[in-house]
Amino acid sequence: MVYKQRLDGRKGDELRPMEAKTKVIPNAQGSASFKIGKTWAIAAVYGPREIYPKFLANPKRGILRCYYNMMPFSGSGERIRPGSNRRSQEIAMVMTKALEPVVDLSQYPNSVVDVFVELPQTDAGTRCAAISAAAMALADAGIPMKDLVSSVAVGMADDKIIADLTYKEEHIYEFNPESLNAVVSDIPLAMIHNTKELTLLQMDGEITKEDLLKALELGQKAIEKVYAVQVKALKENFIEESK
Amino acid sequence: MSEILIEERKIVVPGEVLAIGLDYVPGENTYREEDKIFSKVLGLAAVSGRVIKITSLAGPYMPTVGDKIIGRITDIAFSGWRVDTNTAYSAMLNVKDATTRFIKKEEDLSKILAIDDYIIVDIINVTSQRLIDVSMRELGLKKIQGGRIIEINSQKVPRVIGKKASMITLIKEKTGCEITVGQNGLIWILGSPEGEAAAERAIKMIEEKSHLSGLTEQVEAFLRGGR
Repeated sequence: MVYKQRLDGRKGDELRPMEAKTKVIPNAQGSASFKIGKTWAIAAVYGPREIYPKFLANPKRGILRCYYNMMPFSGSGERIRPGSNRRSQEIAMVMTKALEPVVDLSQYPNSVVDVFVELPQTDAGTRCAAISAAAMALADAGIPMKDLVSSVAVGMADDKIIADLTYKEEHIYEFNPESLNAVVSDIPLAMIHNTKELTLLQMDGEITKEDLLKALELGQKAIEKVYAVQVKALKENFIEESK
Repeated sequence: MSEILIEERKIVVPGEVLAIGLDYVPGENTYREEDKIFSKVLGLAAVSGRVIKITSLAGPYMPTVGDKIIGRITDIAFSGWRVDTNTAYSAMLNVKDATTRFIKKEEDLSKILAIDDYIIVDIINVTSQRLIDVSMRELGLKKIQGGRIIEINSQKVPRVIGKKASMITLIKEKTGCEITVGQNGLIWILGSPEGEAAAERAIKMIEEKSHLSGLTEQVEAFLRGGR
């Protein structure tokens, strides 16, 4: 059975509607909100500031530290146990690794830049939304960066390569009675805009080599769309006011 | 053949290509990779001759020798005080740099400057690891008493001071307050309660609208309307 039409009626390469905004948290040095469909990430950047615990300090450069947290009510409505867990720690780690290549903290030895990402509402693609929001928040905070990082997931649901999967598409075999034996894969990607280098590439599920290459090609195009939204949001704050 | 891709005072994001070709030189907050010049921060572009630089719209304060800053005493050591500079790095104020008066060996340093006192100091030394030494021996450097301290983004400090201190002089005249602006973004305002409140609002307005031109007139109108 081929997945003919997507559950929410989107085209294969179409992303969910995106909405981005910066300066959403006045207390933080920089902040951003990034919505893609029902997934919503809010990022706040603090620092460079003194690092605790002290043994983490690097005398050669400042370090980047990310936190990822899904709010207890954020999923389907089932309460998630609050606080850190294996999954959120892993995602915080891959976020840090996705952002580190562009952030230049060589001028801030022994310090730390903290990036906190909270997700009030989730519908798959949270790590991608978190990375996109964090990159905007870092730029908004005036942290020196080589480039922006944009992120989106691609994958396969029942033989069809699609961009920006929802939770239902990741679990298509549960929601679509015709797709009981569907092969599903979910590939979150993050890319540096200018060099087109991937800084995040993970996968859940199965995919053939040929399909993976096709999916990555689609991912590159999808990421460009996210980048456009990020740039617009970063500039918007200043352009609107000058009119 | 070199080509410039930006206009003066245009807003750029990190990673945006500013110019192609070797005829242009990367200035502040920019970098070159092969023949292209890229922006490193979110800010306003400025081209002067062949040099392209970006004026950052936000960002941390970088301690620089000669800057006057406002700090807070956080700890008292054997022969000096540790000072919070509102950055990732704390500074050291040595006894010999704190006062011109002779201090006996067994004297209680907290009688001179206590923890949580705010002081106006000059940065006299910064190492590559950002260890900072500050001094209070210059004219106008002292312990802060009374008034209020507000915090703004340190990148907006030049705008608050204005060209040849025009902006800050205007606020001082209109509100009758004594105002000291630290390069680290802390500002001390001392005056009548109404004057202090008006000055604080004016400074916050400058911080918000710092990327716009014709700000002095706006601030003047604001302060005139406020009373």
